[in-house]
Amino acid sequence: MLLTWTIALGGGALIGAAAALLLLTHGRIAGISGVVGGLLPPAATDRGWRVAFIAGLLAAGAIAALVAPAALGAPVRSPLAVVVAGLLVGFGTNLGNGCTSGHGVCGLSRGSVRSLAAVVTFMATGAITAWLVGGGS
Amino acid sequence: MSIVVAATAGALFGVGLWVSGMTRPAKVIGFLDPSRGWDPSLGFVMGGAVAVYALANRVVRRRRREPWFGTAFHLPTRRDLDVRLLAGAAIFGVGWGLGGLCPGPGLVAAASGSGTAVAFVAAMVAGMLAQRATMRR
Repeated sequence: MLLTWTIALGGGALIGAAAALLLLTHGRIAGISGVVGGLLPPAATDRGWRVAFIAGLLAAGAIAALVAPAALGAPVRSPLAVVVAGLLVGFGTNLGNGCTSGHGVCGLSRGSVRSLAAVVTFMATGAITAWLVGGGS
Repeated sequence: MSIVVAATAGALFGVGLWVSGMTRPAKVIGFLDPSRGWDPSLGFVMGGAVAVYALANRVVRRRRREPWFGTAFHLPTRRDLDVRLLAGAAIFGVGWGLGGLCPGPGLVAAASGSGTAVAFVAAMVAGMLAQRATMRR
């Protein structure tokens, strides 16, 4: 239990450090939905760092598959449910200008009122959905 | 050089996500749903990330007028709460609780070769495009 929490804290610190690196060097918020959204039409003019950041994220996934595939976890829902989930996540994060990283990590850290409201909201609807559908471990 | 740094930030971010368990849908759903033996460890992920980023944000913003590569920091300044923000966050939360994946972990899991995660990311992008197509920004 203590080990799990320590690893979680360390993983979180790494996420925070990576986001801080992007802030220091590019002056950008490491919000994944925003980084991806900026590449979709009408695309933002600053595509270079966005493509590079996502490429790094994907590289981490590819490396993880080689090093510790079990740590990545397996899907728990039917493909149809996952597709519906993806549509909602894409639509919602674009409408609400952020996800777990942009509002959660960066926004809360900066003391943003909008991000706090967003986090409370998506945690609440996420909890209700998870409670209704189940499937946790 | 700026591209390499952005890619490095993305890779570190991705490693942080899988180390901390954010790519495991069952774990995410178990965190969101406190009714069945709650697993609070993802709260430590958020705590670790916010602690590091809040400190880094303060130091960077105090010490620097511009990022290393670029002429200005691109940070959100709005403080008003509106329906779009809250509705978007609510929709995102439903998708997160349903699929157990948010945008960053979805991309990492997709790159690891999970067909389900690839479908999630494709649906997420479709959801973003649908939001842009149906609503004025």
